[in-house]
Amino acid sequence: MLHGAACPVYFMNNIGKNSFDIDYMDLLASGNSLLHRLDPGAKVITTFVFIVLVVSFDKYTISALIPFFIYPVVLVSLGNLPLGYILKKLLVVSPFAILIGIFNPWMDQRILFNIGSIGVYGGWVSFFSILLRFTLTVTAALILVSLTGFNAVCASLTRFGVPRLFATQLLLFYRYIFVLTDEAERMARAESLRSFNSGALRLKTFISLSGHLLLRTLNRAERIYCAMQCRGFDGYVHTIDSRRIGYQEVTFVLGWSFLFIFLKYYNIPLMLGKIFTGGFL
Amino acid sequence: MHMADALISPAVGGTMWAATAGLIAFSAKKVKEEMDDRKIPLMGVLGAFIFAVQMINFSIPATGSSGHLGGGMILSILLGPWAAFLVMASVLIVQALFFADGGLLALGCNIFNLGFFPCFIAFPLIYRKIIGAYPTEKKVFWGALIAAIIGLQLGAFGVVLETVFSKISELPFGTFVLLMQPIHLAIGIVEGLVTAAVVTFVWKARPEILSAAERSLPIGQVDIKKVILGLVIAAAVAGGVLSWFASSNPDGLEWAMFKTSGREELESHASIHASLAGLQEKTAFLPDYGFKKVEPAEVETEVDIKTPWPAVDPGTSVSGLIGGGLTLLIIVFVGLGLRRR
Repeated sequence: MLHGAACPVYFMNNIGKNSFDIDYMDLLASGNSLLHRLDPGAKVITTFVFIVLVVSFDKYTISALIPFFIYPVVLVSLGNLPLGYILKKLLVVSPFAILIGIFNPWMDQRILFNIGSIGVYGGWVSFFSILLRFTLTVTAALILVSLTGFNAVCASLTRFGVPRLFATQLLLFYRYIFVLTDEAERMARAESLRSFNSGALRLKTFISLSGHLLLRTLNRAERIYCAMQCRGFDGYVHTIDSRRIGYQEVTFVLGWSFLFIFLKYYNIPLMLGKIFTGGFL
Repeated sequence: MHMADALISPAVGGTMWAATAGLIAFSAKKVKEEMDDRKIPLMGVLGAFIFAVQMINFSIPATGSSGHLGGGMILSILLGPWAAFLVMASVLIVQALFFADGGLLALGCNIFNLGFFPCFIAFPLIYRKIIGAYPTEKKVFWGALIAAIIGLQLGAFGVVLETVFSKISELPFGTFVLLMQPIHLAIGIVEGLVTAAVVTFVWKARPEILSAAERSLPIGQVDIKKVILGLVIAAAVAGGVLSWFASSNPDGLEWAMFKTSGREELESHASIHASLAGLQEKTAFLPDYGFKKVEPAEVETEVDIKTPWPAVDPGTSVSGLIGGGLTLLIIVFVGLGLRRR
C-alpha cells in the first residue's frame, strides 16, 4: 500500500482500496480471541439463526429488534474488532436499502400512533425498521468474516454439504483475487499516469485493458493448471479438516440461538418501557 | 442491483436459497461430469478476473457517470453455463461477505438474479441461437450484446418480484417495475456493449479460446425444462417449510402457497397465528401499565387484528420507544464492559 500513497493518481481508481479491505479483514481474522478460536461452523450457524430471526419480524417492528444488538456488540467487544471500521463499511453499502425503503413513508401514510399531537405514518415506522434490520444483518455478516476468515468459512462449507468442486474453486478464486487485483491495479495505474484523465477510464481504453487482462488471466490459468498437474492435482485441493466441535462450540450456538428465539417471542424493551411509563404515571 | 437482507422476508430468502443451492449442486455435478480438471483452476482465476475488472470504472460517453463490467455473460461464453454459474456464485459470496453487498440471507436471491438468468436463460436461448454453428465476429458481438441486456433485464425483474413478495418495501409492483427496468436497460446496454467488445477482443486475438469453449460444451442442449421443473419443486418445498417464519406477514407467502397444494399449509398457518396471538397475550404482561396519556386511535384496532404480532398500538408504541432506548443503553454498557478487559 505504501507505493500507492506516494502516488496520488492511484487513489482515483478505487481498486487499491477494495483489495485493502479484503487484506484487512483477513488480518482481523488472524486474531486470537476466544471467538476467533471457535470452530468456523459454529459461527456460520449462529450468524444464520441470527439473520433469519431478525428478518422474520413484522415490518412495523422497531422495539423488539433492539435487543438483537447485543449479538454484534458482544462479538465486536470480545473479538477486539474495530467498531469504526465496521460502521464505515455499513455506511458505504447503505444506499440501496435507503433507496428502496425511503418510498415507504409516501406509500404508507396510515397513522400508526401519535406522539403528542403529531401522527406518525406507518411508512416511517417501517422505514426505520428496514434500517435497523439492515444494520443488524450487515454487521453480523461482516463480523462473521472478520472473526473467521474466508478460507475457514469455505472449509466449513463442505461440511454443510456444499459440493467439493465448488469449494475447491471458491478457494482458488479467493487466492487469485489478490493476484489479479494487483495486476488490474498496476494496469489502471499505468494508464492513469500516462493520461490526463483522472478517475474512470475511457471506454475504448477500458475494453482493450480488460481484454488484455483477460488474455493474461487465461494464460495464467493454463500455467497454474500445469503446475497443479505436476504436483498431482486430482480435481480437489486437499485441506486439513480441523473439525473440532467441543462444548464451547455447542454452548456458543445453543446459547445464542435460545437467546434469539427468546427475543423473538418476548419483547423485552416493551416490558421495560411499560414498567417505566407505568411507574411514572 | 444487489438485494439486501433488510428488504426480504425469510420465506422469500429461504426459497431462493433452496433454489440456488440446488442449482449449485446440479451445476457442480455437471462440471464434474465433463471430466475436465483444467476447468477448476480456470474457473477460480476467471472469477478473480471478473472481480478485479469490476473494480475498474470506465466513463460512459456523454453521461458523466461510470459503469463496470457485468460478469455472467462473459463467464458463460468462456466456461459454459454450468461452470459460469458456479463462478458467479463465488463472486457474489465474496462480495456479500467482504463488502456486505447484499447480505447472507439475500445471497440466494442475488446469485439467482445475477447468475441464473444470464447463464441459463440468456446464454443458451439468446447468445447461442444468435451465433449459431458458424460464429463470425459480428454474430459474437450482437449475440453477447443482446444476451447481456436481456439477462440484466430478467435479473432486475427478479429483484422486483423478490421485493414485492417480501412486502417489506411499500413500493407497489407497477411503480417498482417502471423504476427498475429502464434503469437496468440503460445499464444493460452499456454492460452489454462492453461485454461484447471484450468478447470480440478475445475472438480477434485468440479465436481458438472461444471455439474451444464451444467444443467442450455439450451444454447447447441444456435441458431448461428439467432445470425449471426442479426449481419449481424446490421453491414449493422451501416455501412450505419456511412459511411459518413469516407467520406475522402471511401476504408475502401467497405466492409460495399458490405453488404448494395449499389446504393444509393454510390450516397450519392459521394455527400458528392462533398460537402466536396467544403468546402475544402472554407477553403483554402488566397490561395496566400501558401508556394512558395517549389517546388510543380508533383506527388501530383494525391493524391489531391484521398484524397480531407484534401489536402496534399507541400505548405500546411509546412504551416500546422508551424501553428500546433503555435496552440500547444497557447493550452499550455491556459492550463497553466487555471491551475493557
